[in-house]
Amino acid sequence: MEKPPVSPYQIRRIILEQSRRANKGHIGSALSIADIIAALYGGVLRVPTPEDSERDRFILSKGHAALALYAALYLRGWITESMLNTYCGDDSLLGVHPEHTLRGVDFSTGSLGHGLCMGAGAALAARLQRASRRVFVLVSDAECNEGSLWEAVMFAAHHRLANLIAIVDLNGQQALGYTEEVLALTPMAGRWRAFGWDVHEVDGHDVNEITRSIASLDASSGPPHVLVAHTVFGKGVSYMESQIKWHYWPMSEEEYGQAMGEIEAGA
Amino acid sequence: MRGTFIRTLVELAERDPRILLLTGDLGYTVLEPFSERFPDRFLNVGVAEQNMIGVATGLAEAGFVPFVYSIVPFATLRPYEFIRNGPILHKLPVRIVGVGGGLEYGQNGLSHYGLEDIGVMRLQTGITVVAPADYEQARAALLSTWALPAPVYYRLGKDDETIIPGLGGRFGLGRAQVVREGTDLLIVAMGSVVSEAADAAAALVDHGVSCSVAVVASLAPAPVDDLVEILAQFPVALTVESHYAVGGVGSLVSEVVAERGLQCRVVRCGVQAMLDGVTGGQSHLRRVHGLSSEMLVKTALELLDKVGE
Repeated sequence: MEKPPVSPYQIRRIILEQSRRANKGHIGSALSIADIIAALYGGVLRVPTPEDSERDRFILSKGHAALALYAALYLRGWITESMLNTYCGDDSLLGVHPEHTLRGVDFSTGSLGHGLCMGAGAALAARLQRASRRVFVLVSDAECNEGSLWEAVMFAAHHRLANLIAIVDLNGQQALGYTEEVLALTPMAGRWRAFGWDVHEVDGHDVNEITRSIASLDASSGPPHVLVAHTVFGKGVSYMESQIKWHYWPMSEEEYGQAMGEIEAGA
Repeated sequence: MRGTFIRTLVELAERDPRILLLTGDLGYTVLEPFSERFPDRFLNVGVAEQNMIGVATGLAEAGFVPFVYSIVPFATLRPYEFIRNGPILHKLPVRIVGVGGGLEYGQNGLSHYGLEDIGVMRLQTGITVVAPADYEQARAALLSTWALPAPVYYRLGKDDETIIPGLGGRFGLGRAQVVREGTDLLIVAMGSVVSEAADAAAALVDHGVSCSVAVVASLAPAPVDDLVEILAQFPVALTVESHYAVGGVGSLVSEVVAERGLQCRVVRCGVQAMLDGVTGGQSHLRRVHGLSSEMLVKTALELLDKVGE
């Protein structure tokens, strides 16, 4: 059977199928980045194979959305369907958060505020080695609560790491509430700009816009880049959208049926 | 130790272009031999130790061997989780260099003391933990560990002059070094405070006590076989470290004694508790915490008295 293309629909389908099968949560966070992941793995990332040392690096710093990444790794053919079906099983390499031991995962994540620091090092390494590879780091908006993230933001701007591209999944939610109520982050774009980054605001559910925006970036000189991606938590499933509950909650069989129906209708 | 360490690192960096040196804005008058020789391979990342470890992790993944430098608590405790989830989890060759183990930054207060670094590093699996006793051993330790594939933590003292008699710059991963042979009492020590232990052993001769001294500089991997062999010969051992009494070489020796069922009583000399807000020179603080050679002699004599009863 021919493998389906890397598309937002296929990623969402796999997120829902695997969440239901494993009876796990973090569904809303994964749905939030499905279009960003589709843009990255559908064309943006230069990764001939996961073993190519000159490949672009990708760090899913919001590691709790790993299912979206696993879906892309499967759709690219880097992990098998039987591996995908081990998600959250005993002895599986596919846990709730991604581990570097899984083919196609460059760095393990799960602890927020860590990914951009490693990404800054990876970008600096490419410059020191005069390599053209780029480093993409996808962070959550709530992750910007972490002081260590801003250490990396300062570092990357000071060293003008033009080959470092951060993407903020600005869905306005975190585990226990809305970001503006927990620890206000507004204005997100203004904060990154004030730290010296090249800032672009995009619709985080428009694959073409994300792809075009990244294609326009100068990764060889100038400041580091950030896409502030405006997203909807739980995007594509009406009862999950912007609902705090769906940060952690798993779906019932009935909820799963409705969710699959909605994403199929929207495909 | 730190001066010798950096000069040795310059020698290695001449041969291997993968070596980089990062500092969290510390090392004035220490790092210049490297920064002046290799300005393009030296980076002051600013006062941001978590990011320093994260950056080093990214550099190491691409094939570099980054050394990161700071004072012990800032090199270990502040970025501890980044060390665990970075170089340890990814098995990458990041080298963490902590300067001023124990009470070396005496007047600077608890914020600057390194009293739990060996404990917290030793309980992680997958990181080599090294605490040399003098500068010759620091050089030997660096030469034999810098190219290991996984991370290494080095706890360095500031003293680049004192030599431990009998050590002769020996170092071996998973080995202990006996620097003095005796029959009545065994002292097992680590780090720059070994000099106090060696002085105490020499002074105990005047009290009719014949004392062995073993140095443990390779805390992980631990020199278990060497310790078993030495500890089996003594009814009582004194451990000496400028570190909290929990977690360091005293704990290591106790683990070996318990797990191997040895008939040796262990008495741990280390910092039992900090004095609220009280600072002072290192010599003074070592006396206060029972780690000066005079205090170690006193402890040893009291102990032998009790054991003899």
